[in-house]
Amino acid sequence: MLEVKNAYKLFNAGTPDEKVALRAINLHLDPGDFVTIIGSNGAGKSTLMNLISGTLRPDIGQVRINGQTVEHLTEHQRSRWIGRVFQDPMAGTAPRMTIEENLAMALKRGERRGLRFGVTRRKRELFREQLSRLGIGLEDRLNAKVGLLSGGERQALSLLMATFTKPKILLLDEHTAALDPARAELVTRLTEEIVGDLKLTTLMVTHNMEQAIRLGNRLIMMDKGQIILDIDPEQKKTLTVERLLGEFERISGRKMADDRVVLG
Amino acid sequence: MAYVLTGALELGLLYALMALGVYITFRILDFPDLTVDGSFTTGGGIAAIMIISGYSPWLATFAAFLGGAAAGLMTGLLHTKGRINGLLSGILMMIALHSINLRIMGAPNLSVARLETVFTHVNVIPHMLIAIIIIKLLLDAFFRTDLGLALRATGDNPRMIASLGANTDLAKIVGVSLSNGLVALSGALIAQEQGFANISMGIGMIVIGLASVIIGEAIFGAPTVFRATLAVILGSIVYRVVVALALRMPWLNAQDLKLITAVLVIIALVVPTIRRTWKQTSVARKRSQELSGGDADA
Repeated sequence: MLEVKNAYKLFNAGTPDEKVALRAINLHLDPGDFVTIIGSNGAGKSTLMNLISGTLRPDIGQVRINGQTVEHLTEHQRSRWIGRVFQDPMAGTAPRMTIEENLAMALKRGERRGLRFGVTRRKRELFREQLSRLGIGLEDRLNAKVGLLSGGERQALSLLMATFTKPKILLLDEHTAALDPARAELVTRLTEEIVGDLKLTTLMVTHNMEQAIRLGNRLIMMDKGQIILDIDPEQKKTLTVERLLGEFERISGRKMADDRVVLG
Repeated sequence: MAYVLTGALELGLLYALMALGVYITFRILDFPDLTVDGSFTTGGGIAAIMIISGYSPWLATFAAFLGGAAAGLMTGLLHTKGRINGLLSGILMMIALHSINLRIMGAPNLSVARLETVFTHVNVIPHMLIAIIIIKLLLDAFFRTDLGLALRATGDNPRMIASLGANTDLAKIVGVSLSNGLVALSGALIAQEQGFANISMGIGMIVIGLASVIIGEAIFGAPTVFRATLAVILGSIVYRVVVALALRMPWLNAQDLKLITAVLVIIALVVPTIRRTWKQTSVARKRSQELSGGDADA
């Protein structure tokens, strides 16, 4: 479903500030794989996400989605295959537009936008049904401006907007990190439900070790632009935070240094 | 007095199309487009020269709309494809249009006073009222279509709508074109109503448009697109009434018009900000006192 082959990404190449953000990345996701990614600061997690979404292009290497080479396509050209939720709850929704208008735009993901009405009676029914799955009462507030919602509600809406067209790939970029613990728990639970129901092929970056272990069927650890550990579904079932930290120290020869890491 | 008010109503309706154009760029696209000063004259000039050349005034008015849209298209291209700062794109196009307008008109002043215009056989106010309502409803409908939603989102959260696969460059170009088309349409109607087109008829239009938008929003509120376009039209009328009343003051005369406009915009911008700050401070004080149980009453 998703394949990254021998990808490199350098920032400030050829200057004293040169940084190898990604080095020889090889990653293969089967349909339905749910992979969590952890790693210390500057490990290249976000760069990898940006490479897949099209925000950045690899200096060398390939990205394939559904068998198709995509590394030459822009972000909006790839959008038909990729749903994405960002860390910032403000990033994924348009605040001055209503909930139903936001959903109508998401429903048109990657399609031509013409002069038909964005919100119709039939679509409104679909939106209400989808929103009620979130279980936070948004289905009764279709005409509320999204700017009036709390961070948690906006992030739940972003998650729905990113997923309800069943994209080939779902990218979650620390999407619970900016929320208070209760809201983070809600969004985490919704993520688990939605990804499970729709069997979405998912990549999730997180700083929360416990979350990384609890969610998904695979776990990847990154350090200094490389994938240093790839834990398969069998091993993941018995994984603990202590073992994960131990593995990191064993491979990298130092302690996990991340001021934001949450052990859970 | 009644004569002053009907005059203000008539001008308010004619200029309302221009104000709607300014609303599209400033409020919906969040793009401060200064092309307006040039494209307003482009509209007046195209309509006047075509009427003088014997074309139907309706065709001339429609051509004026297209001429304005073409000017907006250029500004949009400069900004999105040329990567030129939005304000500068508009200013460049405004300056370029001054020469282009002179080329179109062939002379700095064109009279259509004795020729047949769209207003020759009709009463301006009722017909403009109907035309404005139709255009307003068409705009409202457009901003509810898939393309219209993408345009609004481009002004609201460009990163989000790009990640949903919309081309934000295209949305901006469409919006700026539509905006300047409406501005030029307004210029064409003004030229026909006053009986002439003048090379400097567009000077200060952007501020007048902004005044209408801000006054309308401040008085009538703009929670939805439907309400906002209504507020802009009413704002345009209120602006003309205020100006007409101000000019009746014995110590003000017509040359003070632009100053009056600038002062109006400043008042409409500053007063809501001050009121909001006062309100926030007083609410915060009240809440703090409630929290302290009233015993820290000072």
